[in-house]
Amino acid sequence: MYNQSLDKGPLKDDGRDQDEDRRIEFEHNVLAGYTVEPKDWMPEGYRKTLIRQMSQHAHSEVIGMLPEGDWILRAPTLKRKAILLAKVQDEGGHGLYLYSATETLGVSRDLLYEDLLHGRAKYSSIFNYPTLSWADVGVIGWLVDGAAIMNQIPLTQCSYGPYARAMVRICKEESFHQRQGFELLNEMMNGSEKQKEMVQNSVNRWWWPTVMMFGPEDKDSVHSKESRTWGIKRVTNDELRQNFIDVTVPQAEILGVDLPDPDIRWNEERGHYDFGEVDWTEFWRVVSGHGPCNRDRIEAKRKAWEEGVWVREAIMAHALNEKVVDRHG
Amino acid sequence: MGNDSSNKEVEIPLYEVFIRSANGLEHRHVGSLHAADAEMAIMNARDVYVRRNEGVSIWVVPSACITASDPSSKEMLFGPSRDKIYRHPTFYNLPEGVRNI
Ligand SMILES: [Fe+2]
Ligand SMILES: [Fe+2]
Repeated sequence: MYNQSLDKGPLKDDGRDQDEDRRIEFEHNVLAGYTVEPKDWMPEGYRKTLIRQMSQHAHSEVIGMLPEGDWILRAPTLKRKAILLAKVQDEGGHGLYLYSATETLGVSRDLLYEDLLHGRAKYSSIFNYPTLSWADVGVIGWLVDGAAIMNQIPLTQCSYGPYARAMVRICKEESFHQRQGFELLNEMMNGSEKQKEMVQNSVNRWWWPTVMMFGPEDKDSVHSKESRTWGIKRVTNDELRQNFIDVTVPQAEILGVDLPDPDIRWNEERGHYDFGEVDWTEFWRVVSGHGPCNRDRIEAKRKAWEEGVWVREAIMAHALNEKVVDRHG
Repeated sequence: MGNDSSNKEVEIPLYEVFIRSANGLEHRHVGSLHAADAEMAIMNARDVYVRRNEGVSIWVVPSACITASDPSSKEMLFGPSRDKIYRHPTFYNLPEGVRNI
């Protein structure tokens, strides 16, 4: 139903010039806090930016199931296995909320997914690191989901209605993700020396990749300005990163782990923690496909896609039989 | 889906999902999903939209069956009610001291 209206109206490829007045009115409305809904007129650049950002977000949720999924069969207790299963299922659900919200912009999910399978789409750099020990499951919950929450909360105020609503639902579920991770680590930190070591080792490996999750520094961020004008992104990468570090340092103290950054220090004057220089060459290397697991992640998704062909074919055959497609499509 | 001719390949049909969060409340739109038929759409909706007691009842409707109003006809559809302010109780001035009205 959504795509139909997108074919109407005078919007052409060079619609920005033709619809200058509409664009100005649009930006004015967005600034005033107006929520944009699927059938409303929107600048082509706004639509494209949303499709890119929302589909990358959806891909990240779906790829994000893999590193933790690796530990479902090796969870140490039935309780932890049930928790991890529920968490990984949630991430799949987040992917679906977001794909469905992206579809309201008139794109097909199959095409977006095809881009992912062919390595043409980006997703969060963090999921290209391997989960080497059970403590990684806890650290992902605590740090990675913690960073995701930081990132996602401002998106509940995003100017595009379906995206904002999906984020509200997602944020409600994320808090369980972070808390189960922290609890898991806290149990280990009250355990044997070996367990404590395992946690510290895991924090050492995940800390910097997590700090990188907020993306490049504001001065190097290409899309920031227009995203702000359009109310898509209301808080900058650097602000989010600082907030994350400010809330996480005291949590690490309670947990009793060291964060692997000797420059972390409370700055009375700024009212924030100072922190060290991020290795941005590593970030760009991972984003551009050369992280430790990029190839494995896409490979796993492709395998699942290919092995699911018969299921999708059966579904389509049934749909055609039931005339769901014929009647309505 | 729908009438979009740019989608050459047919996708698994899209359904809109509505959830009643508790008896006494109306069903509310929560999002969409793909399914072969209505039964499968309800099963998928259970997995996607009600993992935490979010509802007691699910409606699914093929997305293509929904006819939505066009935002450009906003004036025609919603304009007239704005200038009929006498339809609102606040339009009427009552003498001071009148109670329970
Ligand atoms: Fe998530
Ligand atoms: Fe999560």
